[in-house]
Amino acid sequence: MTRKLRGSVWLSISYVLLAVIGVFSVYPALWVVMSSFRTGNSLFSETLFPTAFTLEHYANLFSKYDFALWYTNTLKIALTTTVIGTVLTLLPGYAFSIFRFTGRKTMMSTLMVLGLFPGFMSMIAVFILLNLLNLLNTHLAVILVYAAGAPLFFLFAKSYFDTIPKSLVEAARIDGAGHLSIFFRIVMPLSTPLIVYTALSIFAGSFTDFLFAKLVLRTPETKTLAVGLFDMISSRQATDFTSFAAGCVLIAVPITFLFILLQRLLTEGLTAGAEKG
Amino acid sequence: MQELIAKQSKSGATKPYSTIAVILSVLAMGLGQLYNRQIMKGIILLVVHAFTLYTVIFKLPHAVWGLTTLGETQTQLKKVGRLYQQVMGDHSVFLMIEGLVTIFAVILLIWIYVLSIKDSYRTGKLREQGGVPNTFRQTVSFVLSYRFPYLILALPLAGVFFFTIMPIVFMILIAFTDYTAKNMPPAHLLNWTGFDAFRDVFQLKGWSTTFYKVTLWTFLWAILATLTGYFGGFGAALLVQQKRIRFKSFWRTLFILPYAIPMFVSMLILQNMFNGQFGPINQYLELLGFNRIPWLSDPTWAKVTLVIANFWVAFPVSMLMIIGIMSTIPKDMYEAADIDGASSFQKTRLITFPSVMYSMAPLLIMSFVGNMNNFNVIFLLTNGNPVNSDLQFAGDTDILITWLYKLSMGYGQYNYASVIGIIIFIILSAFAIWNVRRTKAFKEDTSS
Repeated sequence: MTRKLRGSVWLSISYVLLAVIGVFSVYPALWVVMSSFRTGNSLFSETLFPTAFTLEHYANLFSKYDFALWYTNTLKIALTTTVIGTVLTLLPGYAFSIFRFTGRKTMMSTLMVLGLFPGFMSMIAVFILLNLLNLLNTHLAVILVYAAGAPLFFLFAKSYFDTIPKSLVEAARIDGAGHLSIFFRIVMPLSTPLIVYTALSIFAGSFTDFLFAKLVLRTPETKTLAVGLFDMISSRQATDFTSFAAGCVLIAVPITFLFILLQRLLTEGLTAGAEKG
Repeated sequence: MQELIAKQSKSGATKPYSTIAVILSVLAMGLGQLYNRQIMKGIILLVVHAFTLYTVIFKLPHAVWGLTTLGETQTQLKKVGRLYQQVMGDHSVFLMIEGLVTIFAVILLIWIYVLSIKDSYRTGKLREQGGVPNTFRQTVSFVLSYRFPYLILALPLAGVFFFTIMPIVFMILIAFTDYTAKNMPPAHLLNWTGFDAFRDVFQLKGWSTTFYKVTLWTFLWAILATLTGYFGGFGAALLVQQKRIRFKSFWRTLFILPYAIPMFVSMLILQNMFNGQFGPINQYLELLGFNRIPWLSDPTWAKVTLVIANFWVAFPVSMLMIIGIMSTIPKDMYEAADIDGASSFQKTRLITFPSVMYSMAPLLIMSFVGNMNNFNVIFLLTNGNPVNSDLQFAGDTDILITWLYKLSMGYGQYNYASVIGIIIFIILSAFAIWNVRRTKAFKEDTSS
C-alpha cells in the first residue's frame, strides 16, 4: 500500500516536472509568436498574451524592410547550394563505399579530420581568396563556399551506400552496365531517403547560415534573411522588436517544419538500411 | 609452357622497349608514349609538358620570390610631371596566394611527370613481352571503368582543396608574418617575422593573460555546456520514458522544439529575453519580488546565462539520443532486477545509467569538442561581452574561437588571429584523429 502510494506521488511529481520542462522549452518560442502579434514595437509588455492583436508587423516586414528580397535571395542561395552540395556529397560517399582504390583510406581520414574544424576558422583566407577572384558581395561566392564544404560530410552517405548489397552492383557490372548507369539506374532509386536527407540538411544549413553570409554580403540588395534579421535587431537604433519577432516567425516556421520532417526521415532511413544489411 | 616463356623473353631481349621509353619520357612527357605508339596519349602529355615548362620557367621563380620576400616595392607617391601619382607596389597577400597556387600546381605537374614515366615503363615492358599497347579508345574505356572513383572524386576534392585546405595553409603562413591592420597591403609590405606572434601570445604580458584567461574559460565552458546538456537530456529521457507516463510522443515533441528552431533565431530571441532592462525574465523576477539580475552585463552572470541558453538548445539532442539507447537495453535485465526486489532508483542507477554511459561516452567527447568551438551561442548571445579592459581585444565571455573572430574581423590583428587558429587546430586535431580511428564506418573497412 505504501509502495503504491509512493508510486502515485512520484507519478504526479513526474507530471509536474514534465510540465515545467515543457514550459521551459516552449516559452521563448511562444513569447516571440505572441510578440509578433502585439501592437506597438517595444520589447516590454505587461502580459504574455497581447491585449490587442495586429498583423501590422508582418505587413511592415514587406513594406518597411526588404523582407521579400531577403527571402528570394536566401531561397536562391539555398536551392542552388542544395543541388550542387548534394551531388558533391553523394559522389565521394559512393566512391568510398563501392570502390577500393589506392589512397582511399588517406582521403577518407583527411576529409573526416577537415570536417571537424569549424569552417570559418580560416575565414580570413577564404575572404581574401574570394577578393582575389573578384567574387566579394556576390551570391555566387556564398554558394561556392557552402557547396565546396559539403563533401566533408560524406560519411553519412558512405554509411548508407554501405548497406546496399555489393552483389547488386557486381551483377550489373557483369551484365555490362557502365558505372554511371549503375549509379543512376540502380543505386539512386534505392537511396531516396539518403538523397532527401542530404538535400534537406544542406538546405537547412545554407538557409540559416549567418556568419559567412554576413562576412561576404555587404550591400542591402544582396542580404539574406539571417543577415537582414540580425541587422534589424543589433543595429544601435533597433527599436522595432515586434517586427523582428514577426521575421523570426516567418523564418523559423518552414525550417522547424523541415527539421521535424528530417527527424522522421532519418529514423526511417536508418531502420530501412538496417533491415537490408 | 616453359619453352613459350623462354621464347618470349628471347624476343624481348632484342629490343629494350622499356628502357628507351623511360629515357624518352624523362626527356619530355609523352615522348615515351609516342615511342610506344600511343599517339593520342603522347600528344596530350606533350601539351601538359609544354604547360609544365611554361609554369616552371616563367611562373615558379616569381612565385618563389614572392613567397620568400613578400614583395619588394612599396606603394608610394611618385612625382610624374607636376602631379604626384600613386604607384602601386607589390601586394604581399596576393603574392603569397599566387605563390601557394603555383607551388601546388608544380607539385601536381611533377606528380603527373612521374606517373607518365611509370606508364611508359609499364607499356614498354608489355611490348617486350610481346603485348600490344592499348589504343587511345581502350585507354579511355579503361579509365572509365577502373579509374572511375578518381574521376568522380576529382570535383569534390578540388572544392575541398580550394576552399578548405588552401585557406588553412594560408592561415598558417599568416601567423608567421606581421599582417595587422597597421600595415595592410597594398599600402604596406608584409614581412616574415618567424615565431614573433607566437612569442607575443605566450609571453607578452597583456596577450598572455588574455590567452590563458580565454583558454581557461573555453575549457570550463565546454565542460559545463557538455555536462549540463547531457545530464539534462538524461533526466528528461528518464522522466518521459517512465512506464506510467502517458502521451510520451507529445512530451518529446514539446521538448524538441528548442532544437528545431534555427540557432541564430533562437539565440537572438534569448538575447532579448535576458535583456536586463526590458526583458521578460527580469520583469517576472520583479513581479515575484526578486531583484533584477544583470544577465548579460555582469561577467559572472553572463557566463551563467550562456550555460542556461546552451542548456536550452542542447538538452533535446541528448534526450533523443539517450531515448534511442534506452530502447536497446534488454528488457529481461529489468525483469531480473524486479525479481531481486530492486527499487526503480536502483534499476536506474545500476542498469540504465551504465548502459547509456557506455554508448554515450564517445558522443560526449565529440560534443565537448563541438562546445569548445560553439561560436553561434556565444557570438549571438553575448558577443563575448561584457568588455574587459584588462584583456587584449577580448571580453569576459569570449572563447578562443570568438576571440579569433574578433581579432581578425574586428581589429585586423590577422597574425595573432592565425596563431590562435593554429592553437585551436592543434587541440582539435588530437580529438579529430582519435575520433576518426574509432568511427564505426571506418573500422568496418579495416576488417573487410
